[in-house]
Amino acid sequence: MSTNLADPQRLATPPTFQKVSTSRQIKNGLATALVWGAFLIAIIPLVWVLYTVIQRGFPVILDGDWWQKSMSGLLSKQQGGGAYHAIYGTLVQGLICALISVPIGIMTAIYLVEYGGRSKLAKATTFMVDILTGVPSIVAALFVYTVWITTFGLSRSALAVSLALVLLMVPVIVRTTEEMLKIVPDELREASYALGIPKWKTIAKIVIPTALSGILTGIMLALARVMGETAPVLVLAAYAPFINYNLFDGPMASLPLMMVNERNNPTAAGFDRIWGAAITLVVLITLFNLLATVISRALAPKTK
Amino acid sequence: MKIQRHGAVLGLVAASALLLGACGSDNNAPTGGNNTASNAASVPVECGGKTKLNAEGSSAQKNAVDAFVQAYQAACPGVDLAYNPSGSGAGVKNFNAGQVDFGGSDSALKEGAETEAAAKRCQTNPAWNLPLVFGPVAVGYKVSGVDSLVLDAKTTAAIFSGTVKKWNDPAIKALNGSATLPDKDIAVIYRSDESGTTDNFQKYLKVAGGWTKGDGKQFKGGVGEGKEKSAGVAQAVGSIDGAITYVEWSFAQDNKLSVAKIDSGAGAVELTAESAGKAIDGAKIKGQGNDLVLDLDSIYGSKAAGSYPLLLATYEIVCSKGYDADTAKAVKAFLTVAATTGQAQLADAGYVPLPKAFQDKLLAAVKAIA
Amino acid sequence: MNDPVVAKRPARPGDTGAERGVAAAPHASEAPIPPTPEAPVTTKAPHVRPGDRIFRGLATGSGVFIVVLIGAIGLFLILQAIPSLGLDNVNFLTSREWNTTDPTNLRFGILDLTLVTVVVALVALLIAMPIALGIALFLTQYAPRNLARPFAYVIDLLAAVPSIVFGLWGLFVLGPVLFPLSEWLIGNLGWIPIFAKGNVNVQLGGTIFTAGIVVAVMILPIITAVSREVFERTPTMHVEGAIALGATKWEVVRTTVLPFGKAGYVSASMLGLGRALGETIAVAIILSTATASFGWSLFDGGSTFASKIALAAPEFNDARSAGAYIAAGLVLFVLTFVVNAIARSIVAGHKEYE
Repeated sequence: MSTNLADPQRLATPPTFQKVSTSRQIKNGLATALVWGAFLIAIIPLVWVLYTVIQRGFPVILDGDWWQKSMSGLLSKQQGGGAYHAIYGTLVQGLICALISVPIGIMTAIYLVEYGGRSKLAKATTFMVDILTGVPSIVAALFVYTVWITTFGLSRSALAVSLALVLLMVPVIVRTTEEMLKIVPDELREASYALGIPKWKTIAKIVIPTALSGILTGIMLALARVMGETAPVLVLAAYAPFINYNLFDGPMASLPLMMVNERNNPTAAGFDRIWGAAITLVVLITLFNLLATVISRALAPKTK
Repeated sequence: MKIQRHGAVLGLVAASALLLGACGSDNNAPTGGNNTASNAASVPVECGGKTKLNAEGSSAQKNAVDAFVQAYQAACPGVDLAYNPSGSGAGVKNFNAGQVDFGGSDSALKEGAETEAAAKRCQTNPAWNLPLVFGPVAVGYKVSGVDSLVLDAKTTAAIFSGTVKKWNDPAIKALNGSATLPDKDIAVIYRSDESGTTDNFQKYLKVAGGWTKGDGKQFKGGVGEGKEKSAGVAQAVGSIDGAITYVEWSFAQDNKLSVAKIDSGAGAVELTAESAGKAIDGAKIKGQGNDLVLDLDSIYGSKAAGSYPLLLATYEIVCSKGYDADTAKAVKAFLTVAATTGQAQLADAGYVPLPKAFQDKLLAAVKAIA
Repeated sequence: MNDPVVAKRPARPGDTGAERGVAAAPHASEAPIPPTPEAPVTTKAPHVRPGDRIFRGLATGSGVFIVVLIGAIGLFLILQAIPSLGLDNVNFLTSREWNTTDPTNLRFGILDLTLVTVVVALVALLIAMPIALGIALFLTQYAPRNLARPFAYVIDLLAAVPSIVFGLWGLFVLGPVLFPLSEWLIGNLGWIPIFAKGNVNVQLGGTIFTAGIVVAVMILPIITAVSREVFERTPTMHVEGAIALGATKWEVVRTTVLPFGKAGYVSASMLGLGRALGETIAVAIILSTATASFGWSLFDGGSTFASKIALAAPEFNDARSAGAYIAAGLVLFVLTFVVNAIARSIVAGHKEYE
């Protein structure tokens, strides 16, 4: 195929619009059909999962109490109560984790793309990030438990959870940011250098803004992943049915942990809470996604 | 980039502030004159101390602890307790690490490393095992057309080790005289996660049914397939014809599984709160003083008529001494309520309320915590 | 047929830089470079600016931090695993047995775990990779703008669904639906080893087949989202060049978008694979454990490294038994690395673009 395009003779021939050959038409049609097909196939499970979550969870979150109350003092079979304690925990743990991971992740990606080159350290970092992508959350949680609690003798807290989540969030941010920075055209950087602008400023004002929407996508993916994690919360903070505002001490719930907790509850109330918590989490992350889109629109380089 | 990050952070903070601005509430007390408040008055509980207790351990007693917490709140306004149902091992580990005020475990602390670590945590005082929650384990099954099934420990052991493979096996037929049993394969479902339920079930089979596969928290039968947690096994049995499993009673009830009667030699015994309570009555204690470690063999091996022997006892692991004053007070208040008014809701949640004699022993032990 | 001339050309960030061969000045006016008064136009020693040094330090520091951090995790795993490995009474690498109940007689091998982990991840990746490529192409090249945007959101939404929900969905919803298909495959294609009747009950759906499909759905949003971002940045010059040469839609995609986005797509797939290998709770909920060992069928049950650890972690109360699981975690570490190394070499070997 590419020979068709590369052949200068062909293009030099007079007729302005040649008929596209049948085989090319067929290939094009086939490709179009495949792409559409992939899309349609993918839509089925995606919509199906979301439908399941919405169908089973939506009635639960319509109750005003859901957003304002905790599960304190309820029997497992009793309906009612809310997820406020878990929403608070999810947000706080996720945000603290993001505050730590985002700078580290982005700076690491910058190092890899802009500074590291083919140095040993860059290779080692790439190697380590690769490994980190496959670390199961439970291993990250056990690691932080050993360091934070067994070695340093600190108590379990939401902060410890955030630290374990950092281990899960950083590789996703590094990997996606790295890819996005790589595809920023070098011409942009060179133009900036040509104007005598320091490298760091070029990165901060040219490279990052150009890649921003992609970087934000990566951050949102990472945030969605860590906000849905259960093992670190189970091991490092423990479930509390009541509201705990204290980041540094005591058990604190989170939405996924609430779901795990309610799996021990065989009654209908338990199932309602599981799906309710699921849809709540989806709603929260959707809000973050929207926010990210707005930010990325506002901060993207103006092209006109 | 600084500006962008600030912008993002500001946005996130704003979003969360919006949500959290409407302050949450822990108050779920029923507004109408509901059941729990009325019997609260009758308990002599000395409330006070730490307002938020922290406990962790076996998931098998999770729903019982919920009931206890409700009673505790009714008796002592303004208190709360977090119970993290992460598992017995985690409960013991975090109790010994001083992360929780008491642990919940399906088995008593093991002599040696565990008791030593516990003593260290309690400022060189021994820790006590208090069996507070008894949950019967049901042998749940689903076979179409078979509503009533009698099994004895020996046949159960044979089923769960794969020597009895068909529902119409002579061994099962012998126990179920008139019932028509189908010529169907038995699908054994077990817990794929490590659990105290598996451990106790295998111990029971070992004591009463000549089980030779060994015990422990992993299922050793070598037959069938494993599903995750009680919810998983109960759901699995509910969805295929010919399946059988062992599962906490409440899960069997809520998943509408049939529950086999157990014949320990004195006739088939149906699983009810009474028959299980009777087994607890007959339990012997092998711990010393207030350390109420049960002699499980005395329950599992019991041949008493009308007693259902397949029980899972869950201990609360507490310090005999060595808590600070605040914690001690709250732990004592909670356990006192749990052993008295807290028992009222248990039968509904698939547990067995404590028999009177046992309750007295527990209360004496709770009182002795300093 | 798609008319190749009608190429949507929305201005995208990044477009500006693609125009090569133009003097630097026009770029300066297009790219958002504010006047930089504090960057003096000096001729002496321009390469050592304090800002640069700090920034470089921060970036390098983050790199070092990650290396140290993961070194620490590795060390932690090794320290915890070694004593147990020493106590292992069977061959760690080749045994299929896993019995850690008695800490004085540990018998654990990872052969089955490795196979099941790899097969689940492979099934997931084989399903997810082409579909994700299709969706990413669809959303960036084929779909009308007003259709692409909402669907991009739907796919992002899916990334927000927690693993436990995928687990429950697989168990309650997908499993029963797949049963007839599984049964048909076993009945008609059972002579192919991978479709042979497995060691668990197909009716319960706790098979590698179900788990693989669910994990595929889970990693789909990750691969799609990253690939989409990359494809979107294909330099418009390239696309227009191809169109100008009379390329059909597919030829444009094949000659510009795919070569440009290949590295990003593979990288995205590796992120997905990382998640597939390490996926814990969904697999633990769906996959039945089996008493018979893995027999190369998609309809077998079993455990992956992560699910095995998760199923046992609540009851860790003996360092020796726990060490056995940690050793399994260590193998997962190595496995992830090997797969990533392979992928990296594939990408490096095909760097036609640039």
